[in-house]
Amino acid sequence: MNSTAEISPYVDHNGNLVVERIRKDFPILNQRINDKPLVYFDNAASTQKPKVVIDSISNYYQTMNANIHRGIHTLAERATVAYEDTRISLQKFINASSSEQIIFTRGATEAINLIASTYGVQNIAQGDCILVSAMEHHSNIVPWQILAARVGAQVKIIPINDSGELILEAYQALLNEKVKLVAVNHVSNTLGTINPIETITELAHKVGAVVVIDGAQSVSHLDIDVQALDIDFFVLSSHKFYGPTGIGALYGKKHLLEQMPPYHGGGEMIKEVTYEGFSINELPYKFEAGTPNIADTVALKSAIDYINFLSKDKIRTHENHLLNYATSLLTAIDGLKIIGTAKEKVSVISFVIEGVHHQDIGILLDQKGIALRTGHHCTQPLMGRFGISGTSRASFAVYNTIEEIDIMVDALKNAIKMLR
Amino acid sequence: MNAIETIQDQVISEFELFDEWDEKYGYIIEIGKKLTPMPDQYKVQENIIRGCQSTVWLASEYKNGLVTYYAESDAIIVKGLVSLLIKVYSNQEPKDIISTEPYFIESIGMKQHLSMTRSNGLSAMVKQMKIEALAYMN
Ligand SMILES: Cc1ncc(COP(=O)(O)O)c(C=O)c1O
Repeated sequence: MNSTAEISPYVDHNGNLVVERIRKDFPILNQRINDKPLVYFDNAASTQKPKVVIDSISNYYQTMNANIHRGIHTLAERATVAYEDTRISLQKFINASSSEQIIFTRGATEAINLIASTYGVQNIAQGDCILVSAMEHHSNIVPWQILAARVGAQVKIIPINDSGELILEAYQALLNEKVKLVAVNHVSNTLGTINPIETITELAHKVGAVVVIDGAQSVSHLDIDVQALDIDFFVLSSHKFYGPTGIGALYGKKHLLEQMPPYHGGGEMIKEVTYEGFSINELPYKFEAGTPNIADTVALKSAIDYINFLSKDKIRTHENHLLNYATSLLTAIDGLKIIGTAKEKVSVISFVIEGVHHQDIGILLDQKGIALRTGHHCTQPLMGRFGISGTSRASFAVYNTIEEIDIMVDALKNAIKMLR
Repeated sequence: MNAIETIQDQVISEFELFDEWDEKYGYIIEIGKKLTPMPDQYKVQENIIRGCQSTVWLASEYKNGLVTYYAESDAIIVKGLVSLLIKVYSNQEPKDIISTEPYFIESIGMKQHLSMTRSNGLSAMVKQMKIEALAYMN
C-alpha cells in the first residue's frame, strides 16, 4: 500500500527530496546570469522564494487588501484573519505556547533592537554586564553596545576556539550576578556553527540572566522548540527561510513581554487614548504600533507551509549531503582554508585562499553565474578574531544541487589559476 | 579631444580585441599585477579610500603643471582597474582631469565595478583623483 509520502513527486523511493521537482517551485532559479545558468549560493544572506509565497503576496492584494484589526467590513475581516493565521503558524513552527507571544517586526534586527530598547532599558543598569559571543552578526552586537552606552553597562565577549565553537568554560567564567543578559546566535551566518543554546541558556539562568537567541540563521535548517529549550527571547527573519523580506518576529516568554514597556507609540498598540495619556493594549498588539507589513506577513504563512510540506528533517538531510560534499571538494583545493570547522554545523562554508583576495573570487565567479557572498558578512569583529579581512562564503538551501557544487568548484579552480 | 580622451579611446580599442570575459579579466589581472608599486611614504592610513570589501590607496604629486598619481589595492581586479585609471589620468593637467569623465570603464564593460560603490573604492577613487587635481589648480 502506498502512503501519500511515497507517491509524492517531491520524495523519491528512498525517502529523499527530489530536488529537480523542488527547483520548479522557485521561478528565479530558472534564469541565466552572464549567459550561464544561475547558481545561487548566497542563501545565508537571503533565500529565494517559492511560487506559493510569491502568489500569496499577489493574491493578498488582489483579493483581501484592507487595514487589519480596525474595519468591520468583509475585506478587513479577511485580511485580519490571514494576518493572524500567520501568527498561529509561526507559533506552531517554533512551538511557542501561545500566539500572543509572537510579535511581528521588520526582521531579526528590529526584534533585537526592540528587546534592547524596552527590556534592556528597564532591566539593565550602571555596572551590569551583557555577554555576546565573538561570532555575532552586527545586529546582535550594536544594539547591545548602544544600550550599554545608554545605561552605563558593559558588553563582554564570549570567546571562541579556532574551529569557531564557543568556549563554554570561558563562558562560565564570565557568568556572575552582574550579567543580566546573554545574546548569542543559534547558528553563525559566517561560520555555520550551531551553538549549544540549551546549555548556554541553562547556565545563564543559574545567575539570573535572560537569554536572547538570534535565530536568523537557524530557522531554515533546525527544528525550533522555544519551550523545550526554555528560551527567553528568540528572534527571526522571514526572508532567511523562503519567506518575504520586511517581516520577522520576536518570541518572548509571556511574563517578560508583559512586564516590558511598549517600543513604538501609535495606532494599534493602545487600548485608549485621551489628551492626557494612553493605556496600553494587550499582547502582542502592545508592540505592533502602526499599520504593519500585512501582505508579506500573510505570505510568510505560505513559506512555513512549504517548509512543513517538505519537512525540515528531509531538508536537513539534503543540505548536510551538500555540506559534506562541498567541504570535501573545497578542502582538496591547494591553499584553501575553511573558516568555521565546528563539529555541529549547518550548510554554510566560509573559506579563504592563500594569496587571493575574496573580492576577486566574488567577481570572477559572478562572471560564471555563481552567486557567492564575499566580505565580512556583517561580522567584522569575528574577522578580526581570525586575523582576516573577509571570506568567500557558499551557503546552501533545499534547492541546491551536487552539480551546482561541481560548477562552483571548477569555477573556483579556474579563478585561482587566473589570480595567482 | 584632450589627451585623457585620446588615452581612453586607446584603452577601449585594446579591449575590443577580447572576445571572452576571461580574456578581458585575465588582462585586467595582469596589468594589476604589473602596476608600479606605490612609494612607501604614500602607503599610509590617510591615503586609504575604503570600500566595503577591498581597499584602495591613492596619492598624487604635482610637478611642471602635471599631476602624477600613485595607487594600490589589496584586491587584484580592482588593482587592474586602478592601473587603467592611472594610465588615463596620470601626468595630465588638472583642468583636463577635472573636466573628463572615465567613460572608458563603461565601454570596456566594467561599469558594474564603478557603481558597486559599497564593495570597492573605485568610484570614490575617481572622485578623489579629481579633488586632488582641483586642489593643485588653486
Ligand atoms: C545571524 C544573523 N543575525 C541577524 C541578522 C539580521 O537579519 P535581518 O537583516 O533580516 O534583520 C542576520 C542577517 O544577515 C544574521 O545572519
